[in-house]
Order: sequence, then C-alpha cells, then structure tokens
Amino acid sequence: MKLLADKRYLCRDIPPRDMPSYVVAEENCAMSLGWRNRSGGLDVRPVFSEVGTLSRFRLPFLGLPALLLIGGCDPVVLAPAGDIAMQQRDILLQSVVLMLLIIVPVMVATVIFAWRYRKARKARYEPDWDHSMHLELMIWSAPLLIIVCLGAITWAGTHLLDPFRPLDRISRHTRVTEEHKPLVVNVVALDWKWLFIYPEYGVASVNELVAPVDRPIDFRITSSAVMNSFYVPALAGMIYAMPGMQTQLHAVINKPGAYKGFSANYSGAGFSGMRFAFHGTSDGDFDKWVDAARQGSDTLDRATYLDLERPSENVPVRHFSSVDPDLFEAIVNMCVDSSKMCMNDMMAIDADGGLGIAGARNTLPVSADSRRGPGAVFGPQPSYVGSIICTTDNPSGLVASDLPRPGVPPIDAEFNRPLLQTSTAASADQSDS
Amino acid sequence: MSEFSADRSTGKPIFFLEDEHAHAEGGSTMLGFWIYLMSDCLIFAMLFATFGVLGGSYAAGPSPRDLFDLNLIALNTSMLLLSSLTNGFAMLAMAKGKVQATQFWLAVTVLFGIAFVSIEVYEFHHMIAEGATPQRSAFLSSFFTLVGTHGLHVTFGMIWMVTLMVQLGQRGLIEANRRRMTCLAMFWHFLDVIWIGVFTFVYLMGMLR
Amino acid sequence: MFDSSFSQIVFGRLTLESLPIHEPILVVTFIVVAVLGTALLAAITWFRWWGYLWHEWFTSVDHKRIGVMYMVLGIVMLLRGFADAIMMRLQQALAFNGSEGYLPPHHYDQIFTAHGVIMIFFVAMPLVTGLMNFVVPLQIGARDVAFPFLNNFSFWMTTAGALLIMASLFIGEFAKTGWLAYPPLSGIEYSPDVGVDYWIWGLQIAGVGTTLSGINLIATIVKMRAPGMTMMKMPVFTWTSLCTNVLIVAAFPVLTAVLVLLTLDRYLGMNFFTSGFGGNPMMYVNLIWIWGHPEVYILILPAFGVFSEVAATFSGKRLFGYTSMVYATIVITILSYLVWLHHFFTMGSGASVNSFFGITTMIISIPTGAKLFNWLFTMYRGRIRFEEPMMWTVAFMLTFVIGGMTGVMLAVPPADFVLHNSLFLVAHFHNVIIGGVVFGMFAGISYWFPKAFGFKLDPFWGKVSFWFWVVGFYVAFMPLYLLGFMGVTRRLRQFDDPSLQIWFVIAGFGAFLIAIGIAAFLVQIFVSIRNRKALADLTGDPWDGRTLEWSTSSPPPAYNFAFTPVVRDNDAWWDMKRNGYARPLEGFRPIVMPRNTGAGVVLAGLSLVLGFALVWYIWWLAALCFVSLLIVAIGHTFNYNRTADFPAKTIADTEAERTRLLADAGVAS
Repeated sequence: MKLLADKRYLCRDIPPRDMPSYVVAEENCAMSLGWRNRSGGLDVRPVFSEVGTLSRFRLPFLGLPALLLIGGCDPVVLAPAGDIAMQQRDILLQSVVLMLLIIVPVMVATVIFAWRYRKARKARYEPDWDHSMHLELMIWSAPLLIIVCLGAITWAGTHLLDPFRPLDRISRHTRVTEEHKPLVVNVVALDWKWLFIYPEYGVASVNELVAPVDRPIDFRITSSAVMNSFYVPALAGMIYAMPGMQTQLHAVINKPGAYKGFSANYSGAGFSGMRFAFHGTSDGDFDKWVDAARQGSDTLDRATYLDLERPSENVPVRHFSSVDPDLFEAIVNMCVDSSKMCMNDMMAIDADGGLGIAGARNTLPVSADSRRGPGAVFGPQPSYVGSIICTTDNPSGLVASDLPRPGVPPIDAEFNRPLLQTSTAASADQSDS
Repeated sequence: MSEFSADRSTGKPIFFLEDEHAHAEGGSTMLGFWIYLMSDCLIFAMLFATFGVLGGSYAAGPSPRDLFDLNLIALNTSMLLLSSLTNGFAMLAMAKGKVQATQFWLAVTVLFGIAFVSIEVYEFHHMIAEGATPQRSAFLSSFFTLVGTHGLHVTFGMIWMVTLMVQLGQRGLIEANRRRMTCLAMFWHFLDVIWIGVFTFVYLMGMLR
Repeated sequence: MFDSSFSQIVFGRLTLESLPIHEPILVVTFIVVAVLGTALLAAITWFRWWGYLWHEWFTSVDHKRIGVMYMVLGIVMLLRGFADAIMMRLQQALAFNGSEGYLPPHHYDQIFTAHGVIMIFFVAMPLVTGLMNFVVPLQIGARDVAFPFLNNFSFWMTTAGALLIMASLFIGEFAKTGWLAYPPLSGIEYSPDVGVDYWIWGLQIAGVGTTLSGINLIATIVKMRAPGMTMMKMPVFTWTSLCTNVLIVAAFPVLTAVLVLLTLDRYLGMNFFTSGFGGNPMMYVNLIWIWGHPEVYILILPAFGVFSEVAATFSGKRLFGYTSMVYATIVITILSYLVWLHHFFTMGSGASVNSFFGITTMIISIPTGAKLFNWLFTMYRGRIRFEEPMMWTVAFMLTFVIGGMTGVMLAVPPADFVLHNSLFLVAHFHNVIIGGVVFGMFAGISYWFPKAFGFKLDPFWGKVSFWFWVVGFYVAFMPLYLLGFMGVTRRLRQFDDPSLQIWFVIAGFGAFLIAIGIAAFLVQIFVSIRNRKALADLTGDPWDGRTLEWSTSSPPPAYNFAFTPVVRDNDAWWDMKRNGYARPLEGFRPIVMPRNTGAGVVLAGLSLVLGFALVWYIWWLAALCFVSLLIVAIGHTFNYNRTADFPAKTIADTEAERTRLLADAGVAS
C-alpha cells in the first residue's frame, strides 16, 4: 500500500487556480499560430481585409431591418445596438447575399423548367439526354466557388468574433486603446435566474445587468446546475453557461437603452421566466446605479449564495451591496460549500496521479436539504468529494470519514483555515491504516 | 455490355434468367455478421473514446497505478488468448468433419472463457471492496463500463458456444451449423482483438499515465 | 391495504399517483384513445381478422408487408406527433400578456420533447425504413431481403419502442428535457422521474431494430442484386438507401453507447456526465451529435432517392448526371460525420475548431447543390406529367433551397452565435425536414402506393392534401424565421412581449392548415380504397416507370419475380420495354421462400415489457423478461426449418392470372 505522503498536495499549498484547461489551450493555439497583436488578442485582420471588400454588400440590406420595423416588429438580430452583434449581423447578411447568387437562379430555373417542359406544352423532348460535361462542371463549380468565398469569410469572421477574444474596437470607427478598461462582469446562471457580479465594484445583482455605453465588457460565465446560454441579442451572440466551467464573452454596447436578455438553452421548468433586463447607460448613470446598489442592505456571501442557488422562478430584480471576492471562483469550481473539493484542486491532484486508494473514501454525503432527488437507484446516496481541510484536530487533512460530520465545516472557517505547510509521512500513514 | 446482356446464338437481348440456381440459404450471413461486428466495434470505439477523455479524471481518488495488478491481467489475457487458440482447434476439427472433437474444443474454449470472466469478476470485486467503485470517479466509471462490456460480450459468447455444442450434438456438422461456427469464431476473435486494445490502452498505458 | 414495501417490490415505483388522473387534457385523450382502441379491437374481433392479421401480416417475413407495416406505424405516430405540435402552437399563441396559456410547464416541457422524439424516431424513421424495405428488393430484382426474420424482428422492435413512448402518455410522464436530453438536466439529480427513463428505453429498443434493419439492407443491396446490376447500374433510390443504411450502421451504435452511459449514470450513479466526480457533460453533447448529425442524412438521403426516381419517371427522361448523383450521395455520406460540432458552436470550442466544422458543413452544400441541379436538368427537355409525386418534387425543390440556405447561414459560426437555439433554427430544421423528408415521403407514398396495393391514390384529395401541406408549411414556419430575427428563443412557454403574438397566431394558423393537409391525406386513402376499382392498376406499370419494380404485377406476388431479371441498363425496365421484352409465360420453377415466424413479435413484446419494468424499477419483471428473452432467442436458433418451396404450379397460376388481367387492360403481355 502506497503511503499517502507520496502525494505532494496533501496539506500543502494548493497550486495556483488555473483557467479552465480549454481556455488555456485556446491561448496556446493562438500563440503557436503566431497570431498575436499588441493587446494579446488574436489578430486576423490581414486575412479579413482580403475579403473585406465583401462588406459593401451591407448597404442594400440596411433597408431590410427598416422595412421590418415599419411592419411592427423589432428584428433585434438584424438591427442590434452592440458592435459585436452588428459585425455578426454583417456576416449573416454577407452569407445570405453570397448564397442568393445561386439560390435565386435555381428557384427561377425550377419554375421555368416546370412550366416550359410540362407535358401539355409539347416542348422539345430529349428522353435520352442525360449527360453534359460542361453542365456537370458548372453545377459542381458554381456552389464550390460560393463556398470558397463563404469559407474565407467564415474562417476570418469566426476568429475575429471569437467570444473569448478581447475586443480591439468599440465601434467601426473607434479602436480600443489603453484608456478603455474593460468592465468585468461575472455571470452565473442559476435555476432559474441570472446572477451578475461586478468584481471591480463589489456589487451584484439578480436579473438585472447594467453596463456603460462604449466600454468593453468582459463577461465570465458559468452555471450553478444545468446548462444555460447567456444571450442579449442586442449586445452580442450567445455563449453557453455550464457548471464547473467558465466561458467568456467580450462585447460592447454602443447605444443607451434597455434591452432583453435571457437564457437561450432550455434548462427546466422555470426556463421561460429566466429573463433579465440589460441596460446600456452613460458612465454617470452607471456610477449612480452602482452607488444605489451599494446602499442596499443585502450582502452576497457564501451562505446567501447557497440560499439563492435553490430553484425559484420569475425572480424579481435584487441587488447586493457587497460580494465575497472569492465567491465567483468558488462557484466556477463548484466549492461554494467549502466542504467540497474545488474542481481546480481536484484537477491538479488528478494531474499528479490522484490520492491513492485511501482517497477513494474521501466523499461526503450531500446534506438532505440541498439534495435534489434520491439519487440513482443502485448507486450510493448523492455525495461529493470532500475538500482536504487541515485543521488542528486533523493535521493530515484526511480522511474525510475522520472529520466530524454534522455541520462541518463552518463556512467562515474556509477563510482562515490553517494550512499546514508540511506533511509528515507518519501522520499520513496513520490515516491510511 | 455485360456477359448476361445477349444470347450468344441468337443475339437477342436476355432479360431474365431461365435456368436459375437456387440461392444458398444464408448466402449473406457472413457479410451481415461482419457488418454487425463492425457496428459492435463502434460501440467499443465510443467506450474507448470515453475512457480516453475521462481516464485521467480520478476525482482525487485512486488512479490505475493504485488499482491495477498487471500480473493478474497478464494471466487473464493469456486465458483469453488460449481460448482463441482452442476455438481455432474447434474450427480445424470442424473442417475435418469431426463432430465430437469440435464439441470438445468448444468445451475447452468455454472453460478458458469461464476462467477469464472469473478473474475479471475477482478483479472488479477486489477494487470495489477497496472503495474504488464505478461511482467513485469518472475514470472508474469509464473503466468498469469498457472492461465490463467486454466481459458481458465474452459471457454471451459462452452461452452461444454451449448452445452450439448442443446443436452440433443434435444435427452434426450440417451447413447451417458450420455457418454458425464460423460466425461464432469471428465473434470470439473479434473479442480477442478488442481485449488487446483494452490491455494496451487501459492497463498498460494506464500504468504509464 | 398493501404494505408499502410489498407494493414497491411488486410494482416498483409505479403507484396510483403515477396515473395522470388530475390532468384533464390527458384524461380526455385517454378516453378518446381507449374508445377508439376498443372499437378497433372489437371490429377486428367481430370480423375475425385476428387470424388473418397474425398469419399474413404480424408474423410475415415478406419485405413488402413489413414495409407497409412500417408505413402504417409512421402514419399513426405522425398523428400523435402532430397533436403535440398543435398543442405547442396553441400554447405559444395564447401565453401572452401575463397569461399562462393552458399548459403548465410540467406538461408543456413533455410535449415539445415528445414531439421531437416521436417525429424523428417514430415517424420519419419508420416511413424511411418502410419505403426502403418495400422498394429496394423490388428495385434490385431480389425476392426478399438478406435476413427476412431479422427484418420482421426489426420492425417489431421499432414498434415496441413506439409503444413504450406512447405508454408514457398515460402511465407516468415523458422526459422534460428536450429531444436529445442533455445532461446534467437529464441526469438523475435534475430529472429523478420516469420521463428520461422512458426516453432511454424507448430509443434503445427502437435503436436495436434500426441497427439490425440497416445491417439487413446493406447485405441485401451488396449481395442480392440481379445479375448484370453492377454498382453503377443501381437505381438512385437503391444507392441512397445503401448510403443511408451505411450511415445507420455507423451512427446508431454511437447512440446505443451514449444511451448506455446515460443509463449507467441514472441507474448506477456512475459519473460520465455529472460534474462533481470528474465527468463531463460536454462529452455527452459531442457523442449524441456524432450520432445526431448523420441521423439527419439518414432521413434525407432516401428522400433524395425518391425525388430522383420521380423526377426521371415523370419527366419521361433519363436522370441527368447519374454518376455525379451517385458521387454526390457518397460525398454527403462521408461528410456527414465531420460536421457534428456545428450543433454547438456556442459551447466555446474556440475559433479554429468552430470554423473547421463550419466550413465542412458548408462543403456538404456543394454535393447537395449538385443534386438539385441534376433534378433541374432532368426536367430540362423532358415531358413533365404533373401527377402528385411530381408536384411534391417541385415543391421540394423550391422549399428545400430555402432550408439549405438558412442551414448554411447557421453553419457560419458568428451568425450561429446570434441565431442558435432561436426560432430561426426551429424554422430551418422544419424547413429541411418537412420540405425534404416529409415531402419526399409523400412523393414516395403516392408514387409506390399503386405498386403496393394495385390501385392509385385519388388525385383530387392528393392535390388538396398537397396544397394544404405546402401553403400550411410556409404560413407556419416563415413567421418563425422572422421571430428568430427578433431574438426569440425556442422551447419558451410564455412571452412578455405582446408584439410577438401576431406571429405566433399566424404560425398556429399554418399548423392548422397542415392539419387539414394531414386529414386530406387520410381522406385520400379512404376514398381511394372505396374507389379502388376505378383507380386500379392492372398493368403493374401505372406511371410508365423505369426501374425493375414496375416490371412485376401490382401488388407483386410473394416471390416478386417469377424469373430473376437480368439488368443491362440503370433504367432496367425502360430498357426492357424499348428492346422487345416479352414476359415469360411458361417454364416456371419452384422458388425457395422464407417461412413466417412469430418469434419477432414475441421477442419485441418481451423487450417492451422489459423496458417498462426497467422504467418503473420492477426488478422481478425485468429479470423475468430478460431470462425469457434469452430463452426465446436461443429457442429460435433451434428452428432449422425456416424455408419452404413455393411450388411451380402456384407460380404458373399466379402468372396466368396476371396474363389475363393484362389482356383485360388491353396491354400485350
């Protein structure tokens, strides 16, 4: 039996909490391709400029949204208020124009042929004509040419508008400079409402999102339970919100106003009511909103969050005047309840080979009041991996079954828990026996 | 124009076969069974892929190094390889038309199969007793599922073998039974190939992980 | 009063509360279904049809009858799936201005899940499989499929899956997860009820049938073609069927595997798709779409085949570009495995991965476009008869290009980011599935119906059905495209913006038009049966056809062809007609044909009960069914007596009767 002391991470410094691995992979990928501009983002402008000439197709289409507006509907996707959504709209329209080049002739030809060669008309009839090299070349190469153009737009546009990539422009005419400090918003999809945390200002809100106009917004998005999708059509395209993971979205709003936001991925009974208002405001109004939020009495600590996390529907707007600064990272790593092992710690431990046979027993049952269901019929009762907590009572930090079960650990203990800097083979040995 | 298109003597086109030989029943069985094996192979491919993705997620629990006993696995592998060998002997006996010898070698194959499954059950039992249950981590879930699915296939193969031994006893080496023997042999060797993959990717590479 | 633990052992988690007696909609539905069902069963008993049905249909291994039974299953399930659609449209048209509509989330969420599952698995799949089953052996000049018993078994497994899904309507509930049941929502933690289990076992049982039928048809096409029919002389429908079945065999095992993993998560508490123990729900999304995207092509390729046959036949002309048609089909088959990620660009896979899958998706539009041009040039310099199948084909060509265009729009990741999961997406896939698959199936049904039953379908009611379907489709789904541009997402039960309501009302009206189209189709079948004398097809070749199925009688005899045909051209029957084919009148020989067997019904019935027992945790019943399944399956292998000679005398009589009919019809034999 291996000694637990072999495992480096026992009761020692937890390695730095990394970005989710695929965020890192994406960065590496970008670096290896050498596409880095000064601000550190991907730079595909050279590629895009070659197909940039296509953007003039945009002009005739500006009339289309206007037409629909007169018709009494608001096609927000075609007439958005944010630069990212605007660029996405442009690519959408470019692709439509490109495809219409072939779709329209085909539809017209279908109608003409169907009319001209109907039986009653007795037009020219060649029952054995079934091949023409020229036509064959045409019918394969015409779609091919269109797809080549569209493929180029796709490749460039996808990289340029990658939601993980920081903005390099505020609008078509304004580039991002060092004065534009992005507004970081941490977004959490809960059952069934949205939580927005403003780490820079220490405030948070439920089902209300406010951002100043023309300031880059850096959304960091996660979910507490099931998959959702964070979507403000006027602002930018959507991105999934998933438990235990963090996705990112960079966007900017260019016109002040109140816009709709919602979840665009079905997430259960309360899904329809999972809406929020997104307000684009002036800098001054934004500051006022922050000040007002700070005046409130509610504060968002771990206990409040665990309470907020419970399923509820059609939740009214709510503000929190202060927020536990480590909360969002704990949400992403699914360890707001500090008796749970954080995902990043777990991944670091796994990368180092796990915790051995004894680690198998380091699980704790989910408390009855936070449990959603009875669990699998032939499985163990719902449980989770316990965090490795080193206390004076339990200097080895293991095994969870040795820990005092009920009510451990008090949530505050998380912040001043004594980290034992050394682990002795002897103590680990004992706990393993 | 193909060979069928025209009558040699009259030059008239031929549109149907006047003198038709009855198609042997089961003429497509080999092909059909082979396609089935490929579809089964895809199921295993998915399970391998799952293991590939989740095989390193120990959830701060035990890893392959803590759990696998390569000596036991080597023994188990040899059981399965020997069973393939004896299955081959059964096929040779069938080719010579010896019913009893065929049955004997099938029986030996079943015995090796039982040994294989028993060792696997012992291994699983041992792991579960130590707390390394299929529920403990995604790695263990994918491990038990991949290896267990293979074990289930071996078990069904043995049931098939016993059935076929009875049928050989009843009807001897008639055409239908020979066809079944061939399908069974393909199935058994297929499971062997899958096991080589399991042994390599799960056990050997797991120990290196 | 039962002891609760005793009742738990006997009935698992099935209790009286599982019956939805408190939901009036379901109670009424149940009463209607029960009354109609009882009436049907009583009628069968009264007319003493049970023996006929059992011996001639249920236990039949004849590919034609199995094909017809698949079609019946598909049409019956279409009614259920469409009822769900109407209920959804009604709910979405009502739930405005603070109104809750008439469906609570518990019910509405089941309905949209059931609609998707039923339409794909139990409407589109049976229709497609049924058509292939009926047509392919006839087109390749074979007398049956390679494994006739397996064919019967496959059909009953599909039916068992459908029955299990239907059972969820009245016993317990169906999944409330969306048709692909993404975890963690479909995991045991967030969906502890029976709904997802019904979904799992219904699909798993039907999936066995589908996979086996795929294997069966591949073997049939590869091994049993008539002499002279090289691969490049196969009719295009046979080609698309071959590619479809290759897709089935290469895709459905993936579904089987991913369902097994979800089952293990839900029943044994394993951790494939949960988050706390290292599992990964993104893996499920990938795996299910590795099956799911090829599934789309499994449905559309046979429809492409139908349109190819119909376009050539009704234009009275050889199909334009046969070779490029075949290669286009093969290219689509291969590419359909390289595009699955376009269903979730918004998961954040990164720009390079997204653009790779976006571009592969667009590349599929090249062979698809080539196909459209081929149909177009088949019409060119043809002599087009606008009978019902051809009308569906032209409607398809005009509708499908729109669906294709919106599909490519969604394949551009930046555009997908604003349209994903919106009603635009919903409109797109209905555009290609209705405009492609459904139109194709109606074209196929009206085209081959006279072959199957010996009389044509009534053209008037066919045209009524056609126009209501086509107009209804545009009225129902064009507003959804628009709503997508307004940023409206799918699966919403309730809306806060009153300006949207008018569009949902229009869409609801469109669905109502489609309902009339479906009703007209049923009337068409009824009227045609009544007027079958007037609509009779005595020649076996009502449309001046081009392929081998039109060379035999309508309906074909059990043995299909008295003599195996020899093929010289890819329009084999056209070639025969033009080069002096004379129907053989004597020299018949006995033909070996497979015997009917009830084993398929029994095995599928046991699987159905097994599935039900597993859904409700009735372990003793599950164990009993599993053991019985093994015993019946093994017992079936002891039956060596599976074929019988079809005597030459019977064949001679049958053929003589046909000679008489042909003379009556004034056609020289």
